[in-house]
Amino acid sequence: MTSQPQPHGRVLIGKPGLDGHDRGAKFVARALRDDGFEVIYTGIRRSAEEIAAAAVQEDVDAVGLSLLSGAHNELFAAVLEALRNAKAEDIPVLGGGIIPEEDIPDLKRLGLRAVFTPGTPVEEILSAFRAAVEEHRKGRSV
Amino acid sequence: MSPGADTLLAGVREKDPRAIGRAISIVEDGGPLAASILAALEHPCCEAALVIGVTGPGGAGKSTLTQALIAHYRTEGRRIGVVAVDPSSTLSGGALLGDRIRMMRHALDEDVVIRSMATRGRAGGICAAAGAAVRVMAYSGCEIVLLETVGVGQAELAVVHLADLTALVLAPGLGDDVQAMKAGLIELVDAIVVNKGDQPAAQALLAEMQAVAAATHRAVFCTSASDGTGVAQLAAGLGELADTLRQSDRIALRRQAARSIEVMDWALELLRPELKAAVAALGPLSGEPQALARLAIARLKATEE
Ligand SMILES: Nc1nc2c(ncn2[C@@H]2O[C@H](COP(=O)(O)OP(=O)(O)O)[C@@H](O)[C@H]2O)c(=O)[nH]1
Ligand SMILES: [Mg+2]
Repeated sequence: MTSQPQPHGRVLIGKPGLDGHDRGAKFVARALRDDGFEVIYTGIRRSAEEIAAAAVQEDVDAVGLSLLSGAHNELFAAVLEALRNAKAEDIPVLGGGIIPEEDIPDLKRLGLRAVFTPGTPVEEILSAFRAAVEEHRKGRSV
Repeated sequence: MSPGADTLLAGVREKDPRAIGRAISIVEDGGPLAASILAALEHPCCEAALVIGVTGPGGAGKSTLTQALIAHYRTEGRRIGVVAVDPSSTLSGGALLGDRIRMMRHALDEDVVIRSMATRGRAGGICAAAGAAVRVMAYSGCEIVLLETVGVGQAELAVVHLADLTALVLAPGLGDDVQAMKAGLIELVDAIVVNKGDQPAAQALLAEMQAVAAATHRAVFCTSASDGTGVAQLAAGLGELADTLRQSDRIALRRQAARSIEVMDWALELLRPELKAAVAALGPLSGEPQALARLAIARLKATEE
């Protein structure tokens, strides 16, 4: 018998779009693991639909998206829509990448729960995921 | 049965991806609805599904081969499940589950149900949770469930006992520690797959494995999972093997053995919180540890009578 700590929850880290740089995504994935999350990583260049389908199959409590390509408005919106189409709009989506400050309010209005930029401290990212997961777990019907 | 479990099970039956995902989490976490869901999974369709273990060292190509087998079975129109087990970090309890990266080709195919699972610090092993996930998939109509697990570590390897038959995936160039673990793994499996057959060094490994296989009555296959070479032969070979095992009742015997492992896992899992409370109730602990453990167990039994 062990007394290994139990995971905080399950999260999916995805990289939509065409850019192939996944250092940021992997960094966050590892930080989440080291904080006690079960992290499903889907790899680079995924379509919004693929990310939504994986999030549903893996029954995650939050989805984190990492983007560098600049097409963040469209890609984030596409993932939110794909989740809605998969009847999974309750799963919170958090996004990070090189995102201009002025775009952040719009992204939040779109439905993104949190937006991280290269300057965001990792502790802030972790606590945003913790809060998102906890809230999602509380709100679940079954 | 609670209405929540009823609705969820109906959803699983109708292949609703969300219901399947939730049902697996509930049985994995042992939540309030778990008992009713687990009871419903005792269903003939769950016995009909064939469970194929895929094990071997990290980097041998298990996930890529799983992907290739999925692609093959899909051309036959079969609905497929995959449970991919990876170790949890003992320090944080977290896990990085990356097997799915190699299987994204099937992400939009609703007849391919993929689930990543971490070993977690379970009191029992992972077989209770993995076995339940396999049955949820079977209940949703999966005819074959592939169980990927890395062939190191007791917890990870225990998963192999859930499978009706298991293939060991090896590849050239994986190093000396793999060499050392090979013999132990070969004992546990029915077939040996030399993967990365496109690499020249695979030929020597294949020759070595053919010699081992001749001595131990294992089937040997050579694949190149990344381009699909040899995968149809492997699938056919596994199918024949399953038929042979079924005819000789070996699959029935293995399932009985798997049941006893799952029951033991659940027993430990369910007992752990009670034991923990009983130990805590002893108060400040000083003295001989084993005697104290016996005392805690004795008191626990006494409260139940
Ligand atoms: N050359 C070659 N590489 C392969 C083959 N199968 C898998 N790989 C590569 O081997 C690496 C590990 O594969 P993966 O499926 O993740 O291995 P696992 O850790 O056993 O699940 C990846 O980079 C794959 O692309 C193959 O048949 N040939
Ligand atoms: Mg793998």
